[in-house]
Amino acid sequence: MRMTYTSVSSLLLVSAILSAGIADIAITALHPWHEMRRLLLGILHPDLRAIELWSVVWTVSFAVLGVGIAAAIGLGLAIVYGQSRLVRIVCTVLRSVHELFWALLLIQIYGLGATTGILAIALPYTGVFAKVFAEMIDEADLSAEQVLPHGTSALSAFAYVRLPELAGRFKTYTLYRLECGLRSTLVLGFIGLPTIGFHLESYFKQGNYPQAAALLGVFYILIGTRRLWARPPTLPLLILASLFLLPPAIGGGSAFDNLVRFLGHDIIPAPLLNGAITSWSTWVGLGGWFMPILKHQIVPGLINTLVVSQIAMVAMAVLALVLFPLVSQRFAGPVGQIAGRFGLVVVRSTPEYMLAYVLLQLVGPSMLPAVIALSLHNGGIVGYLMGRHADALEYRLDAPRGLNLYAYEAVPRLYGQFLAYVLYRWEIIVRESAIFGILGVTTLGYYVDAAISELRFDVAVVLIVATVLLSAAIDQVSRRLRQGLRLATLPTRLAEEPTDQTARPVLRQA
Amino acid sequence: MIARRPLTYSLLALAAMTLLSGPVAAQTPPLVFTAIPDQDETRLTERFSAYAKYFEAKLGVPVKYLPVKSYPAAVTAFTNNQVQFAWFGGFTGVQAVRAVPASQTLAQGAEDAAFTSVMIANTATQLKPSTELPKAIEGLTFTFGARASTSGRVFPEHFLRQAFPGKTPEQIFSRVGFSGDHSRTLQLVQSGAFQVGVMDSIVWKSEIKAGNVDPKQVSVIWESPPFPDYHWVARGDLDKVYGAGFTQKVQDTILGISDPALLAIFARSKFIPAKNEDYKVIEDVATLVGLFNQ
Repeated sequence: MRMTYTSVSSLLLVSAILSAGIADIAITALHPWHEMRRLLLGILHPDLRAIELWSVVWTVSFAVLGVGIAAAIGLGLAIVYGQSRLVRIVCTVLRSVHELFWALLLIQIYGLGATTGILAIALPYTGVFAKVFAEMIDEADLSAEQVLPHGTSALSAFAYVRLPELAGRFKTYTLYRLECGLRSTLVLGFIGLPTIGFHLESYFKQGNYPQAAALLGVFYILIGTRRLWARPPTLPLLILASLFLLPPAIGGGSAFDNLVRFLGHDIIPAPLLNGAITSWSTWVGLGGWFMPILKHQIVPGLINTLVVSQIAMVAMAVLALVLFPLVSQRFAGPVGQIAGRFGLVVVRSTPEYMLAYVLLQLVGPSMLPAVIALSLHNGGIVGYLMGRHADALEYRLDAPRGLNLYAYEAVPRLYGQFLAYVLYRWEIIVRESAIFGILGVTTLGYYVDAAISELRFDVAVVLIVATVLLSAAIDQVSRRLRQGLRLATLPTRLAEEPTDQTARPVLRQA
Repeated sequence: MIARRPLTYSLLALAAMTLLSGPVAAQTPPLVFTAIPDQDETRLTERFSAYAKYFEAKLGVPVKYLPVKSYPAAVTAFTNNQVQFAWFGGFTGVQAVRAVPASQTLAQGAEDAAFTSVMIANTATQLKPSTELPKAIEGLTFTFGARASTSGRVFPEHFLRQAFPGKTPEQIFSRVGFSGDHSRTLQLVQSGAFQVGVMDSIVWKSEIKAGNVDPKQVSVIWESPPFPDYHWVARGDLDKVYGAGFTQKVQDTILGISDPALLAIFARSKFIPAKNEDYKVIEDVATLVGLFNQ
């Protein structure tokens, strides 16, 4: 089949329809309104006394240090990213493991504290920074390299030609990533790190909505004002302050002893621990250990993860197409733009986990809460980006208006860009769908959560490896599709400014 | 120059600081304890710092409390030696004792020797209370509490497997969930998100007192036979680090708690001595249910 916008769109649509056929979707809650009324009342009456200042400070300091370390190491790796296959593989693994899973593993070694919080951000973000910085380096204008004297070293060439060209983009991207880092640190609180999420989840779970609303409000303000407090001149101060204000360590325990125990005992498959390595029966036992995990956890987990993601991706796409005129100045006027900005902050800062949590109460347990939460969150982001693109297009003076402009000009001109976003967010959706396992949706994360509750870290690690392979596979497919559609050079990152890069449709050749 | 290249300089500063800030040398480590979060998770530090103060006064060493969010996190903190003693649930306590050699069970609440779970149902199911585990729950939707909860999962699953021989919960019910904690189980059954659920009987009573139970929506349909539950466990190396007889001293301190305000934090009337063997039954049941390897 030839790759065209139509064929790829239909393929994705068909995959979602097939998924919906086997998806576990049901509405079962009988009386959700009592709880919903309390939730709404709580949001309207936030209780500001619930705000624990230190948890806000630590949310910022974990994010600043985690993202800072990741940016520094990521920049180093980006220089050799193109040449070294090993670096690419390591970075793929680093970023394919959700920060929540990193934290669950790191807790086994460093306990609940600053080291775990910072590393859980730094590890996956290093993988992301290396890849994105490498892409930026590839895209850079290299004309200055022509005038370098013969024999200039790669490092000098990088420092004197590419870096000046790229420093601005690196800076913008790093600061934008800080925002993602804040969201990630919030989520780390859900499993016990001392960030805003720690208290937010407690209040939320207990139905103390006024308190939860206050904490969420603080978080929106933190994200909304990021451009004011995290700018290049304030960075050195932010980093130093973050270092000095880290939470004091509670309790000892030797990280080295824990590391030895974790690597040498906890994650070794049970049959290998008890049997002799040279004995044939040990390896038969290993097979007997692995097959049930494959059959009853990995396979159903993979299928369910894909089912949730495919439906969520198409729902996100539809939502984005419907939403974008609302945030575009061209369609909705100046009011639309302000509303759009505000809406985006809310939609992208509210953890999907919280949305799903509320929806679980509202529609009952099934895949539905996860699908709705994922598509709302990502649809809001893509819709906002599309709205910006719609405003960046150059329109003819006699361009039509309203529905005609939307259907005959804006959507056709933006469709390539739209597909680029959808395909790019596919991998993100798959990665994020893991977190819903903890809420009981039977994605791979569900089985990881079970393995950790039963202290079976050997099983947990096998399952996490399965999530890595799935993420990497989706990443590859998405990249191939974008290359096939000649969308690979279009912007996909939230930090990039939109330009009028109306994608040239791939013409069908007769 | 600094103003012109702030990002580069910040990153350099960061790298330097990371290298310079090595681990701080520890002297006599402070004694740290934790408690599994089973119901009210808010203001944990506030509530348990009363205990830290009490222990500190009686034991003569600095005592700190580490807040944790989940059952496995409590066990991990114990295994990692981040905490030296802890208030566990029945099953998590057994997990902890298995994970750290020579760990000792010190005490349990007076109520914990014969603990029970209650099975609750949304009234729309029209299930009636009974003394036997009601067979009519077959085919309905069902939620446990936390996966590693003794009264919210381990024993209820055991009783279910006894009542429906040869079937796992997934085969008995049309849908099985793990709510995460007892209060959430109540919420989910009360809203009808799940038809039936199982929870800690002490939490059920305190939720009634707090006015969180609407008898028109949810009621108890069965109370389980008794089993041992929550208890204090100390690491096996306590005497080695803090001096001979220290474990005994911790046990005496716990048994000596008589302040009603302190006891109320755990909703217990008093603490009584307990030992590892009292919890052998949990190990057996957890093995039957498949939570421990044979």
